[in-house]
Amino acid sequence: MIRLEGVERVYRVGGEAVRALAGIDLEIGTGEYVSLMGPSGSGKSTLLHILGLLDRPTAGRYLLDGLDVTGLDENAQARLRREAIGFVFQFFHLVPRLTAQANVELPMLLAGVPPAERRRRAAEALAAVGLADRARHRPDQLSGGQRQRVAIARATVMRPRLILADEPTGNLDHAAGAEVIALLERLHREHGSTLVLVTHDPELGARATRRLRMRDGQILPEEGDGRA
Amino acid sequence: MSPPAVLAFALRSLAAVPLRTALTLLAVGIGAGAVLTLSALGEGARRYVTREFAALGTNLLVVLPGRSETAGVTPGLFLGETPRDLTLDDALALARSPHVRRVAPIVVGSARVSHGARAREATVLASTPGLVAIRRWRIARGRNLPEGDPRRGRSACLLGARLARELFGAEPALGRWVRVGDRRLRVVGVLAAQGFGLGIQTDDMVIVPVATGMALFRTESLFRIMVEARSREAVPLAREAVRAILRERHGGEEDVTVVTQDAVLGAFDRILRALTYALAGLAGISLGVAGILVMNVMLIGVAARRAEIGLLKALGAPPGLIGRLFLAEAALLGAAGGLAGLGVGWLAVLLVGRIYPAFPIAAPGWAAAAAFGVALAGATLFGLLPARRAARLDPVAALADRG
Ligand SMILES: Nc1ncnc2c1ncn2[C@@H]1O[C@H](COP(=O)(O)OP(=O)(O)OP(=O)(O)O)[C@@H](O)[C@H]1O
Ligand SMILES: [Mg+2]
Repeated sequence: MIRLEGVERVYRVGGEAVRALAGIDLEIGTGEYVSLMGPSGSGKSTLLHILGLLDRPTAGRYLLDGLDVTGLDENAQARLRREAIGFVFQFFHLVPRLTAQANVELPMLLAGVPPAERRRRAAEALAAVGLADRARHRPDQLSGGQRQRVAIARATVMRPRLILADEPTGNLDHAAGAEVIALLERLHREHGSTLVLVTHDPELGARATRRLRMRDGQILPEEGDGRA
Repeated sequence: MSPPAVLAFALRSLAAVPLRTALTLLAVGIGAGAVLTLSALGEGARRYVTREFAALGTNLLVVLPGRSETAGVTPGLFLGETPRDLTLDDALALARSPHVRRVAPIVVGSARVSHGARAREATVLASTPGLVAIRRWRIARGRNLPEGDPRRGRSACLLGARLARELFGAEPALGRWVRVGDRRLRVVGVLAAQGFGLGIQTDDMVIVPVATGMALFRTESLFRIMVEARSREAVPLAREAVRAILRERHGGEEDVTVVTQDAVLGAFDRILRALTYALAGLAGISLGVAGILVMNVMLIGVAARRAEIGLLKALGAPPGLIGRLFLAEAALLGAAGGLAGLGVGWLAVLLVGRIYPAFPIAAPGWAAAAAFGVALAGATLFGLLPARRAARLDPVAALADRG
């Protein structure tokens, strides 16, 4: 599903070049559950942003389902994000003025789904994360774990093929974090979507079927079953 | 995302910052209201003047002695000639033209008017019964000056409303005798009180037959001649006829000025219309200021909602849609502010109309359209920059802010 060929991301800070990604070659199959670990600053978030089409590589190619998306224009990339990709962030990024229900409806609103269907599917998605009774609550009326579950409902309501989660438990205590991971894993299984999870927690990272480690903008050789 | 959905989303964003939104609406509303109110005032002034002039009769021509319409100096002045006076016979000759309905020769002076012990200095207007008819003055009691040969003096007069009250108090003035200068005249009529008007103020005047006035002021010449044409269409013909008749009577000299009421009215109309536009333009400046405020508020909104914009992009909103969402907010501010301004302006116009019922204040349709249109277009225009900024925001950087 995902194929990166020699992907680089170089930031220019002042006169200096910071190589956040230094030549990444990577293949991820459809339906895989991949964890991405590594020290701070190793390039995990940068890689995830490129996978999610929020950022463009400065060199290399990115093929998504066989389609070279590196050179697509902004509108085409936006369409792919809308239809094929779901994000879960460390800081939830719920819109504070909108209810949980409206937050979950947001991707469908942007995609032009009719209101009635929007409401129905958002309610279903909220029920799937166990928050049916919190639909009318605004984010500031929810706990951290509940907020992240709303964010997961939002990320999965469009049934994306690819779910990208950047330290989704980084702001949660152990119990809430475990709940969130369990939820992500369940939806990944039920929907058959590909899940890429960035985490600092080795215990969580170990749950993935495939574990990637990064250092200095590069992916370290994989242990275990030896797929590259 | 459909336009109604875009508008609904923008509306919710505005509702989330009620104070900021209310203050912006206030600014836009004041601007739009000012455009409406000031142009209504200008339009009111125009209508007032036009109405007053129309009340004087649009078929009116005024003949003045001397040529004043040509710029520069008349050759006659170098030769020491003075323009020939207008005489009563001139006026009577004009009355015979088929294009003229009536004429009113006028002599003006000032004299002491008394009844018994009460006396006042008053303006004396000497003319024919035609004057009251031409100027559309109303006679409250009694009748007009007697008809008949204007060359004969008669012992009759009309009193202005206030003058009659001052001389006679509560007693009826009709049929009584007053002394005007060295003449004793019988009051045959009292004019209706005029109050506030643009024309000649009749309330303090006494109107006497023209021959009586000429004798009183020992003059053979007229101050001016008022001529009423047969119809509005006949005004140009009447003007030519007046010129021709007087040229012939004055030995081929073109030594009078003929002013038509229409020309004066047209000039006033143009001036006041220009004034109205100028007022609206001045008020438009406040709308411009409001537009800058809209831009400022929108820029603050974009800065405060960076994380949200980043999120919308991550959820797949293309840059154009982000721009439209913010532009819709600006347009909503403009439209709602414009409507509020129309409401406030309309109330102000209503209020002025209540306080000064004589002043025909009215918001012209174009002003309402312009006030609303400029508010909407201005706000949208000033919203372009913030909208572009939002559309171009780098999602990764925007999401780095905690949301
Ligand atoms: N906008 C930027 N400008 C310059 N350098 C940047 C920028 N964003 C990231 N970097 C650099 O790129 C490198 C990788 O950053 P990235 O955020 O991907 O790390 P990370 O692995 O996600 O770290 P963490 O675990 O702390 O989230 C870092 O050295 C960082 O300083
Ligand atoms: Mg990171």
